[in-house]
Amino acid sequence: MITVTDLTKRYARTTAVDHISFSVNKGDIVGFLGPNGAGKTTTMRMLTCFFPPTSGKATVAGFDVFDQSIEVRRRIGYLPEAPPLYLEMETIEYLRFVGRLKGLSGADLEKRVTYVCDRCAIADVKMKLLGKLSKGYRQRVGLAQAIIHNPDVLILDEPTAGLDPKQINETRDLIKSLAGDHTIILSTHILPEVEQTCERVIIINKGKLVATDSVQNLQARARGAESVLIEVAPRTGSLAAPTAQQRLEKIAGVSRVQLKEERGQGSVFEVESDKGKLVRGDLARAIVEAGWDLNELRPSAMSLEEVFLQLTGSDAAATPEAAPSTDAPAPEAEA
Amino acid sequence: MRNIWIICRRELSSYFTSPIAWLLLTMYSVIFGFIFWNFVAEFIKQGMEMEMMGQASPMNINEQVIRPLLGTSSFLGLFVVPLISMRLFAEEKRNGTIELLATSPVRDIEIILGKWFAATVLYCWIILYASISFVFLFRFGNPDWKPMLVTLLGVFLQGAALLAIGTFISTLTKNQIIAGALTFGACLLLWVFSWVSSYDSSTWAQVMSYMSVITHFDSFDRGVLSTKDAIYYLSVIFVGLFFTARSMESLRWRS
Ligand SMILES: Nc1ncnc2c1ncn2[C@@H]1O[C@H](COP(=O)(O)OP(=O)(O)O)[C@@H](O)[C@H]1O
Ligand SMILES: [Mg+2]
Repeated sequence: MITVTDLTKRYARTTAVDHISFSVNKGDIVGFLGPNGAGKTTTMRMLTCFFPPTSGKATVAGFDVFDQSIEVRRRIGYLPEAPPLYLEMETIEYLRFVGRLKGLSGADLEKRVTYVCDRCAIADVKMKLLGKLSKGYRQRVGLAQAIIHNPDVLILDEPTAGLDPKQINETRDLIKSLAGDHTIILSTHILPEVEQTCERVIIINKGKLVATDSVQNLQARARGAESVLIEVAPRTGSLAAPTAQQRLEKIAGVSRVQLKEERGQGSVFEVESDKGKLVRGDLARAIVEAGWDLNELRPSAMSLEEVFLQLTGSDAAATPEAAPSTDAPAPEAEA
Repeated sequence: MRNIWIICRRELSSYFTSPIAWLLLTMYSVIFGFIFWNFVAEFIKQGMEMEMMGQASPMNINEQVIRPLLGTSSFLGLFVVPLISMRLFAEEKRNGTIELLATSPVRDIEIILGKWFAATVLYCWIILYASISFVFLFRFGNPDWKPMLVTLLGVFLQGAALLAIGTFISTLTKNQIIAGALTFGACLLLWVFSWVSSYDSSTWAQVMSYMSVITHFDSFDRGVLSTKDAIYYLSVIFVGLFFTARSMESLRWRS
């Protein structure tokens, strides 16, 4: 649905997006992840034909964003960082205006307006001035205008930024429910968002592509090895953790054992093995042979956050916020 | 064409839901009405004096009331134009709605024409609304309406031309006040340029004088429809809108 090849955008001084390439399939819901200033907004603005790339190529639904920009715009719904609302208009009047702008008219237009009002749960503020709406409602009106012409592709720039936790959940659910009908790219600098909403993730940092994969693969890939968490407890008395650790390290294929937690009588270890070697069976046998109990054995998934830090070379500036951010979506500075 | 109309309609409704259109309309009518009654009162007084002196002189309502009044209109336009045009693009840039327009399937030129057209319609509306007072003259006198219409046309053309310049200036900043102040400066400059011709006749002075909107208003003011002067206004409109288009384009390339 979307292909991006060597896309580059240079501003007067900075290179905001530097030769990134990726593609998005029809029906995907893709998270575009990166810390502030990574170039997410810039990339999205190129995809939505707000401005042309400095070099490189991008196509949406087979149309080039530069040469066939009107065709691309017909097929895209875009929610910029700050919802583009005319504050002196009423919600319904605004949606009609956007609908007409996107080529709808007559009964068709009215049908779509009613539909998006229901879908985005804004029917109760139809007659209100946009300037009087709360932030959550504004965001939903922003989403409503993006889907009004039933576009193939939805591009959402930080759709949950600046909302409170309840609104964030509502917005996420709304976005997920839209996934069936549209191909969605949403940007965020918040990791849990991607883990919760997206199937695939594209990570960029300082304008460069860092990784693009499914969320699961990425977690596994970053590890570069298999690892499991085990909880070991003795039948009687208490377990001497160092002894157990030594014992576990002797098992063939195990590369590292780390004590994670001591829980009452038992201990939790993280056991890493070389990639491709399955050591779970050996682990279990060794533990039982030592006369201990194996209370738990599960693969240890790395949180996306750890992956992210690992991939972007955990410098302080790139540390993403785990908690929902409170900063307002500041309008872009203009050169 | 349809897109131009969609944009224009939204602009107009936005002018009227924000108080600016009503404010301009009221202020303009009050000032214009005041000047109107001044001219009329003076006209009546003169007429009575003449009668008392036993002179049946040819009094001309066109020359003595309508013409100076419409001259005033064209002058008041200098103040009205910046107030109308300053928000056109500056406001959209400030609150981010420009991203909606610029990523919708409409061409830049349609956006520009729609906005400029809305501004011109509002301007005409204000002028016409104030000109309702002329109806009184038709009841009490017998003015010649043809030169009056020509002068009105001149007022419109001048306004439309200045609005095209204002539209351009509005794309340069996201601060409405700055856009308004710059437009007012530009209007005033194009006004005072006509003064140089009175003491200087060098080529430069001639060029400046030619550029002045006032120089070209003269013929319309006298009730003469001059193609040459109409072409001047049309070219200013064209150049203004052309620069607006370039400015929007560079906005896309730069920002
Ligand atoms: N209009 C602009 N002019 C100059 N530099 C800009 C402009 N917009 C963004 N930048 C710069 O480009 C980089 C990427 O910005 P952006 O795409 O907004 O990042 P993100 O959306 O990921 O936070 C930043 O370093 C930012 O300062
Ligand atoms: Mg951004």
